[in-house]
Amino acid sequence: MKSDMHNQKYDELVKKMTPNSRMLRGYVRAFWVGGTICCIGQALNLLGNALELTVMTSPMFTSMVLIFIGTTLTGFGVYDRIGRYAGAGSIVPITGFANSIAASAIEFRREGLILGLGSRLFAVAGPVLAYGISSSILAGLIHWGLGRIG
Amino acid sequence: MNEFLMFIKAFVVGGGICCIGQALIQNTNMTSARILVLFVVSGVILTVIGVYKPLVDFAGAGATVPLTGFGYSLAMGTLEAVNKYGIFGAFTGGITNTAAGISAAVLFGLINALIFKPKAKP
Repeated sequence: MKSDMHNQKYDELVKKMTPNSRMLRGYVRAFWVGGTICCIGQALNLLGNALELTVMTSPMFTSMVLIFIGTTLTGFGVYDRIGRYAGAGSIVPITGFANSIAASAIEFRREGLILGLGSRLFAVAGPVLAYGISSSILAGLIHWGLGRIG
Repeated sequence: MNEFLMFIKAFVVGGGICCIGQALIQNTNMTSARILVLFVVSGVILTVIGVYKPLVDFAGAGATVPLTGFGYSLAMGTLEAVNKYGIFGAFTGGITNTAAGISAAVLFGLINALIFKPKAKP
């Protein structure tokens, strides 16, 4: 009887703690994988400096290499595995943007080269570009307007 | 030593930004597409109000590699182009500054889909 009570309490405790530890685990994974991808970016920045790229072309080099890594790992099915492990740690970096393009391109290729591959390529990237570009234009217009007044 | 410090900063800031995304995944029903849109637009807004540039100076790739950095790149390009070309700059600067990334993503994505077959979902 006493041990039943004990078990019940223990079960409640387990129930209470498990979601928390699972959530914490999600943060730890997202943190270290996302941080590591950023460190790869930092290494590419250094490499860009070593290759004597300019202030303009060095960030281009870094993002292009990261995007190449992201799409290629998606092709080999590795990025999906990283994604299941790391959650946002793999979605938020620019490699996740590349993954979203490559994954939908591969997935919808069977629906045809034009309306399958060509159109679904932008399934996730489309909204990102639409809202990103539009908000930056809006920001530019406001900046221009304020410059006229000021 | 200074370069080693930059790696630590990039790791911590980049990881931290990813944890914000993780908090959204775990506590809301946001899909990854919504999170990416939110991060890009946030990057644009934070850049315009002058918060994101100091973060980029501090953390380097830790701030430019997450998708907020894509928004930063869009916004910085737009603001610089407005200063140079006036109102037309608002329409040219953003894409000009991010053209390499966007073009690379489209081309590599396309080539990938032509090379690789879809994987069966486990």
